[in-house]
Parts: sequence; C-alpha cells; structure tokens
Amino acid sequence: MNWGEFFNMGGYAFYVWGSYLLTTAILGLNIWLPLRKYRAQQKKIRHANETTS
Amino acid sequence: MIFQKYAAPKYFYPLAGKCLPWFAWLSVLALATGLYLGLFVAPPDYQQGETVRIMFVHVPAAWMSMFVYALMAGAAAIGLVWKIKLTDTFIVASAPIGASFTLLALLTGSLWGKPMWGAWWVWDARLTSELILLFLYLGFMSLQSAIDDPRRAARAGAILLLIGVINLPVIHYSVEWWNTLHQPASVARIDGPRIHSSILIPLLVMAVAFKLFFINVVLIRMRSAILDNEADSRWLKEQGA
Repeated sequence: MNWGEFFNMGGYAFYVWGSYLLTTAILGLNIWLPLRKYRAQQKKIRHANETTS
Repeated sequence: MIFQKYAAPKYFYPLAGKCLPWFAWLSVLALATGLYLGLFVAPPDYQQGETVRIMFVHVPAAWMSMFVYALMAGAAAIGLVWKIKLTDTFIVASAPIGASFTLLALLTGSLWGKPMWGAWWVWDARLTSELILLFLYLGFMSLQSAIDDPRRAARAGAILLLIGVINLPVIHYSVEWWNTLHQPASVARIDGPRIHSSILIPLLVMAVAFKLFFINVVLIRMRSAILDNEADSRWLKEQGA
C-alpha cells in the first residue's frame, strides 16, 4: 500500500483527516479532564489520610 | 436486592473502581480494531469515494448522542419514581459526554456535507433536530449549574430530560418524515442493514468502542462526584480512595 495515496484520501484528506482529528480531540478532552480531576482528588484524600493516621 | 445495594455510593464506588481498568483496556482494543478496519480494510464507496470513512466516526458519534440522552432520560424517570441518588450522579456525569458526542456528530457531519452536498450546513430536518439535541444537553447543564439545591436541580433536570425525549424519534424518523438532504438510515432498519459487511463491521466495532469509552468516562466522572459529595463520609475514610 502507498502511504502518499493513503494520506491523500482520494483528494478528500482535509475532510477525512479533519474528522478523525476532531474525534481524537473531543475523545481526548473527554477522558483527560475528568481523569486529571479524579487523580487530584485521590492524591488529596491519600494525603489527608496520611496526616491524620 | 442487589441493584439497590450497589446503588449506594459506599458499594458503587469500589465496584466502579474494579471495573474501570477492564473497560479501559476493552475500549482501547475496540478503538484500535475499529480504526484499523475503517481506515485500512474498508473499501472506498463507489459514489462517495474515501469520504465514506468519515462515517466510521460520524455515525457512532450520532448514535451515542441519542443513546446517552435515552440513558439519561431513563435514569431520570427511575430517579423521579424511586428517589435513588445514584441516578442523579449518573445523569450529571453523562451530560457533558453526551453533549460532546452531539457536537462531534454535527462537526464531522459538516466535514462530510461540504464535499458531498457542497455546503457545511443546511437547515435540513435531520441536522436541525440534532442541533436541538445539543441545545437540550446544554440547557440541562446550565439548569444544573443555575439551581443551588441539588434535589431541586435534579427534579428540574429530570423534567427537562423527559420532555426532551420527544426529540429522539424526531431525529430518527426525520429522514423519512421530511424530504431531507441527509441520507436515510442504512443500518437501524426494520428489514435489516443495507450496507456491505466490509463497511458494516468497522462501523459496528467503532460503535461498540464509543460505548465502552462512554462507560469509562462516566465511571470516572461518577467516582469523582462521589468523592466530592461524600468527602466527610466515614466509609470513604475507612476504605480510602
């Protein structure tokens, strides 16, 4: 298979790759933002437990 | 009843934590398989050429936009009748995910519409009803942040969600009821799918991948919300996060 042809997507590269790029961005933000908050919460709780016990 | 037991944050929280790594690996696996099949194995369409590959993200995103809304409305009905706190946690956690899938369906649809129809946007029944769905999600989210009392916010939100359910059949049947530019359904048909398996299989794998991804994110968001709400509970202090 030819990579140049693959990336060209029959002349529709902007539309096809644009769609996949948007999908990556939206799914990425969806997982990254809640995970960042969740990890910070867990860190805080672990910290609090260590200082009290 | 087992369901009622696990609807208590004390039991739901560790259960969700145990399930999370499984769903994480399954969704990575399904996404990788779906992308490989969709980008490398599926053939270009005889009419739409390579743009048909947009379908593998567009259609699962659009299905998710409706699926998540239906789940939220179902949970809202259960919450109104049985007053289970966990359904509110689920609904609030799901809303931003559903909204972002709706936005993704609209944006990828726009990127598909431009080369095939010659327009980024048309006021077609399918596109308009999907845009209304986005406004329903955003309306629900702003209603939640506008009402301070969590129980009143949950009730008002549930009523909004249940009224908005009417939009789901409108989206689904819009391509039959109105003369639309958007193509009619080719998978969710009473007489069975009308597309070739080389395109149908990647599409279904991507749909499963998006569902697994949703479960993942919703479980993380729900655990986060439980940590916020139950910060002073004794079970959380004993169990640790």
